[in-house]
Amino acid sequence: MTNQGMVTRDVKQLVQHAKEMRREIIKMLTESGSGHTGGSLSAADIVTALYFYKLRHRPRDPAWRERDRFILSKGHAAPVLYAALALTGYFDRELLKTLRRIDSPLQGHPSSKTLKGVEVSTGSLGQGLSLSNGIALGLRMDGLDSRVYCLLGDGELQEGQVWEAAMTAAHYGVDNLCAIVDNNGLQIDGFCCDVMKIEPITEKWKAFGWNVLDIDGHNMEQIVDALDEAERVKGKPTVIVARTVKGKGVSFFEGKAEYHGITPTREEQENALKELE
Amino acid sequence: MGSREEKTPPHPPLGKGGQEGGRQAMATRDAYGAALLELGKKREDVVVLDADLSGSTKTAKFAKAFPERFFNIGISEQDLVGTAGGLSLAGKVPFASTFAIFETGRAWEQIRQSICYSKLNVKLVATHSGITVGEDGASHQALMDVALMRVLPDMTVIVPSDGVETAQVIQSIADYYGPVYVRLGRAKVPVVMPGDYRFQIGRAHSFHIGKDANIIAAGFMVSVSLDAQKILKSQGLDVGVVNMSTIKPLDGEAVLAAARASRLIVTAEEHSVIGGLGSAVCEFLSEQHPVTVRRVGVLDTFGRSGKPEELLALYGLTAEEIVKTVKTSL
Repeated sequence: MTNQGMVTRDVKQLVQHAKEMRREIIKMLTESGSGHTGGSLSAADIVTALYFYKLRHRPRDPAWRERDRFILSKGHAAPVLYAALALTGYFDRELLKTLRRIDSPLQGHPSSKTLKGVEVSTGSLGQGLSLSNGIALGLRMDGLDSRVYCLLGDGELQEGQVWEAAMTAAHYGVDNLCAIVDNNGLQIDGFCCDVMKIEPITEKWKAFGWNVLDIDGHNMEQIVDALDEAERVKGKPTVIVARTVKGKGVSFFEGKAEYHGITPTREEQENALKELE
Repeated sequence: MGSREEKTPPHPPLGKGGQEGGRQAMATRDAYGAALLELGKKREDVVVLDADLSGSTKTAKFAKAFPERFFNIGISEQDLVGTAGGLSLAGKVPFASTFAIFETGRAWEQIRQSICYSKLNVKLVATHSGITVGEDGASHQALMDVALMRVLPDMTVIVPSDGVETAQVIQSIADYYGPVYVRLGRAKVPVVMPGDYRFQIGRAHSFHIGKDANIIAAGFMVSVSLDAQKILKSQGLDVGVVNMSTIKPLDGEAVLAAARASRLIVTAEEHSVIGGLGSAVCEFLSEQHPVTVRRVGVLDTFGRSGKPEELLALYGLTAEEIVKTVKTSL
């Protein structure tokens, strides 16, 4: 049992797991009083599908050589990663309450030196895809069939390094890599289209030589199908451009740029958890 | 690979390294290319990355021998560093090379976040450091790279003095786990290290400890310092020379020994006097054993085009300048 019995392709079950993920995200962010709410919630369905279905991993043996790798390039969404690690058994979920505290391994942005299950430290945007390419190339050299998944934000696509890495992945035909763009349309200063236009996103990736899958990032059926499809495509990397809603799952957070870096109040937590029952 | 081999410049080696009659001379980048090839034969886990300068950095030799373990990332240094980081996460020992200013400057934040913060086993071996890059001018002369790398936690910074030491450094860092920056040059420089010398990370080599003054130098300036020592000796001064090839972690014992033996320390480096070896020595001695320290290096300015020897003279990176510094400070 690679995933210690948690692996499922049952969409209904995955939807329930995603709700639980969102509840944990809300709780840890309310407790910490600082952190990134909107972009954690928008990525919750994607990360749930990865950790509860797609990733070949062993939570009790995080350094297992043949595991698939998940790189959270948009490191500010650390809460969604921490929720996934806790709920799949990497560590006790009680630890989530310590997010961002002085003595906590749960740093504001993921730190691989403090928390097992975090493959590499991220937080400064634009760097995860290059790292993912390197891992994927190394795995391929060793003849391992492990895959690498890299989650990027759409605002993050404004970083030039992402496109350097996009070229590298296509040039070397890195088909054991799947990038996922959490395309929630918002960044700290507002709508991405107002701050710095990044559309057309799918055409850009196509032009860079990638196989592109455009999906609804909150439709679990579409997410698992896309992750399976990505694995079947050989000779080139695949990017899943997942249309999402920032703050998804909590009505009063949805689509609001101001909840990029603001955490719920106690009252908001109560209402949010009711919505996520 | 299609990379064009950049021939080491035709002009004679810089300086004499304290020797008359000329000892063997080679560019540290040439020594790197040869050492990397040897390392590749011995170790399957060594991979090499370059950013379109493999002919100049000499990684092209490795690329030709082991094409499946070489990745040209193109003109994209940030991606070069990140991809190297990923390969180390997959268990490889990546050597990532380009010119010093692009590696440390263009990709500094990637080195900080992706490499050092996660303490990845990446070897950043950069060539074309310092003023002796020559004719290409200030845009290509890295005079602040040591400062940029030294400030990063968990980073080891090594500046080999000659080709023989470079070869030993390359082997040594392959056996060490953690991020390393190695600073190499373009021009031919004299071999200065003794035949029985064995490089160790963090261990300086003292040629001699002087009673009047001691020169702590790194890179090509070790050779220049040995020339200065000879001149000073002829004038009756007992001056020592220490090769501080590992700038971080600094060999504090060696610095202390030199500072206890004489009341004057002179540092010599082909780098800005801000943030490099001179700064490291000052930081250490001001807390541990305050003595007078004078720094010979580039004085907070950009370089310019010219022949290496002309530039060395213009910016005061000469034996005469060191002699003058010692004599006016005693």
